[in-house]
Amino acid sequence: MTISTPADSSSADSATSSLNAEHLRQRLEQLASSAGIRQWDLGAACSTDTSVQVDRGEAKQLKGAQRSSITVRVWNDDGLVGVTSTSDLSYSGLARALSGARDASAYGNPDDTPAFSPLATAPLAHLDQPQHEPRGILQLLDTLRDAERQLLGRHKAIGTVPYNGLAERSSERIYLNSTGACRQQRLTTASLYLYARAEETGRKPRSAGAVRLGYGASELDIAGCIDEAAERTIAHLDYAPIETGRYTCVFSPEAFLDLIGAFSSLFNARAVLDGVSLSNRESIGQQLAVPFLSIHDNGLHPGNIGAAAFDGEGTPTSPLTLLEGGVMRSFLHSEATARAFGVAPTGHAGLGAKVSVGPDWFEITATPGSGGGQAGLDRFNAGEPIVWIDSLSALHAGVKASQGSFSLPFDGWLVRGGEARSIEAATVAGDIRSLLKAIVGFEGEAKVTPDGLCPLVWVESLSVTGES
Amino acid sequence: MIATPSASPSTAANASLADGFGDHWRPRLETLLADGRAAGADLVEVFLERTDHLGVLAEQERITSVTPAFGMGAGIRVFLAHRDGFVSTNDLSEAGLQRALEQALGMLGLQRNSQAASLFDGLTPLRDFAATKADWLQRCPMLQEATVRLLDGTAALQRRGRHLQARRGSYARDWQEVLVAASDGTFGRDVRLHQSVGLNVLAADGEHRAGVGRRYGTEGRPDDLRQWDAEASAAEVCESAGTMLYADYVEAGQLPVVLANRFGGVIFHEACGHLLETTQVERGTTPFAEKVGEPIAHAAVTAIDEGLTGGAFGSLSMDDEGMEPQRTVLIENGVLQRFISDRAGELRTGHARTGSGRRQSHTFAAASRMRNTYIAAGPHTPDDLIASVDKGLYCKSMGGGSVGPTGQFNFAVEEGYLIENGKLTKPVKGATLIGEAKEVMPRISMCANDLELAAGFCGSVSGSIFVTVGQPHIKVDSITVGGR
Repeated sequence: MTISTPADSSSADSATSSLNAEHLRQRLEQLASSAGIRQWDLGAACSTDTSVQVDRGEAKQLKGAQRSSITVRVWNDDGLVGVTSTSDLSYSGLARALSGARDASAYGNPDDTPAFSPLATAPLAHLDQPQHEPRGILQLLDTLRDAERQLLGRHKAIGTVPYNGLAERSSERIYLNSTGACRQQRLTTASLYLYARAEETGRKPRSAGAVRLGYGASELDIAGCIDEAAERTIAHLDYAPIETGRYTCVFSPEAFLDLIGAFSSLFNARAVLDGVSLSNRESIGQQLAVPFLSIHDNGLHPGNIGAAAFDGEGTPTSPLTLLEGGVMRSFLHSEATARAFGVAPTGHAGLGAKVSVGPDWFEITATPGSGGGQAGLDRFNAGEPIVWIDSLSALHAGVKASQGSFSLPFDGWLVRGGEARSIEAATVAGDIRSLLKAIVGFEGEAKVTPDGLCPLVWVESLSVTGES
Repeated sequence: MIATPSASPSTAANASLADGFGDHWRPRLETLLADGRAAGADLVEVFLERTDHLGVLAEQERITSVTPAFGMGAGIRVFLAHRDGFVSTNDLSEAGLQRALEQALGMLGLQRNSQAASLFDGLTPLRDFAATKADWLQRCPMLQEATVRLLDGTAALQRRGRHLQARRGSYARDWQEVLVAASDGTFGRDVRLHQSVGLNVLAADGEHRAGVGRRYGTEGRPDDLRQWDAEASAAEVCESAGTMLYADYVEAGQLPVVLANRFGGVIFHEACGHLLETTQVERGTTPFAEKVGEPIAHAAVTAIDEGLTGGAFGSLSMDDEGMEPQRTVLIENGVLQRFISDRAGELRTGHARTGSGRRQSHTFAAASRMRNTYIAAGPHTPDDLIASVDKGLYCKSMGGGSVGPTGQFNFAVEEGYLIENGKLTKPVKGATLIGEAKEVMPRISMCANDLELAAGFCGSVSGSIFVTVGQPHIKVDSITVGGR
């Protein structure tokens, strides 16, 4: 069978970087009908990015990108699913994608076949996401140059800001399926990162940085980013090695969120079904952590800049309690895993033949009424050395999620007698299950970060390896 | 069957695409390059690509995911003095490419100027490295054959392993056609074919758990999956999982270590290789910027980066800037010889290009990146190295690693053994090695005679690229071993 069509125009407009959902639907319906495909769905995305980098007052690289992509799934006559992705949104590109997906469906897994989400047409939550006009690359360049200049001026030891960038993005994503579901979301976002490098004579170089996100460049907290990058970099200048041993550690909100994120397979129903999670079907209702720890996944939190209104299967994003009072309450689900567990999809799916599942944005808080472990914190006196873990590195290599173990380099300070001194180079190691039960308490207000919300987290007796 | 691109009515742009890239793109590219030069750019470069990817996943006795993907795009880079503007697009129509050029010019304050004379002399004759590779994609295993091979692998795991809770086999085939044209006359075409196959297991027995994986990869060998020895791979994975399942966690401290060959080369890649890329010189983040001709490592160390080894994951006929790769001796007997350089690196640092301009795809500007990078073989046997250590760590299998902006590196040890009185004793897990290049390179005091390479993926400024790491067994006199 061949398809004839009057033109091979694209369903994405590269000049305006927008998707035409109705155009896409008509083309898919025509192609699917011609090929005898009755059930299909599609995820499409389109974006325009502009970014700048500077180096000591000079523009280093100015970058623009226009991207478009689609993923098409089809169900064959045996009910098996196949998928194909492409960046070619022309008619011929869609035809080839549909053909590829149908070929792939011959290898669909009969034991685990996805279906349309029953929530793919449910109402979406309202997200307050103001749209901003792009400032343009030359204005971004001026802004970043000025930010770099200010950061370099904060301390004579700060010689360069080797990693920096200011970017703005306009994006759009669509979910369509053959029973009429149609999701569409447009978004503008901006980001700034500044990582400074400082070096004093006869001493090793030190580095630290900060990141800010917003819905537009005009919303970015540039001064706050400069302040944080400067403060953190300067605070690492006076360093010393630490003795290897067991320490009470205080995780910054960013560091603790990174750690929980790296072990998110604990909450992932896909990983549970695949047998690669530390959790299993019986984990729901079991005590996983200290009773004053609660963890929610809440992509709708106003602090989650650029939140998705729906997941890859069209299921609305919504808050989900994962851990309450230290007890596992629910897993993150796609349509297929939810069906396997007899629950509703939670809005955490990707789009594929085997659908991936992942978290949106964690809220890590004290269980209401628990006191947040204040009694535990009161046990510590000012004389006991504390290791403050500011940021963790190499999570991709040092976390064994399916085993529960971690061994990670970190930047931080040794706090003794009320005085903090930067740690030269060290790793922290442990087991996530033990760590969750060794949390002593929380300190301070929960802080909003790009990855979630979290207070300072105190953990007892973690193994720290230093160079002393 | 559903129509393929070549069977559909199409615009001129897509008619060109259906034929692939080649000399028929010359007129359009020359117009773009001439327009860019006429606007005042010092140099304009266009990178076009088409891709075809296939991923297959087998779990236990089932194929659980087949993920075909195909795409196309262009990256246009404009240089003016030491600055550059880069724009990427999926739109390869004439209008789309002109729009991308205008954007890139605009970033540098330039505009198209039809009245101005262009200082562009035209493209040189096409250097077609792809001419002998036209059938590579067709010679690769079809989907059916790939699924059978992977299921052979997971079945072999089942036969050979104990306490296996999860068994996975995965295959990835990445085909890429590129065309590079620049206003200095560069005009080259190439086809790259990377295939990799991996086996992973999770072994569990009560509270004991061990996850072990191995991945093998080649470039330019369509028959690679057919040649794969699934039984041998499964045996290696299962042996490691069986050993590590009951291993104790390593005791932390400062220790001498012996690193095995093949993927042990990740230590040089992270500790030193990245710091010898001109991108690091540009950023001021390498301690070696002014050290050419000076010793930076132990005299036992000679290190090489090249793109020439047949079938190696990091090999290429031309880089992503159209230059043929070289064999670059980075360190010879401990003395720094050269940096790894690309077009921008040469422009900004003065280090001559080495055919190392690489990028993940058209969405990234090329940057100086490693290819096949390894420490050369030395005179010793692996047993000599182990026998020289009273108390230390033998790292048989390494995981990933990274290096930070101050040169501090780290990498994980997947499978380790204690060395006691010159002999390997009990297995240990959970080790992370950390250090600084300036300190650790002089401590690589012995190299064995068993150099081998291993395929890997390297993520950095221009995206994730195919690389090879490698080394013989080496001994590091002292390094920080993070553990419990």
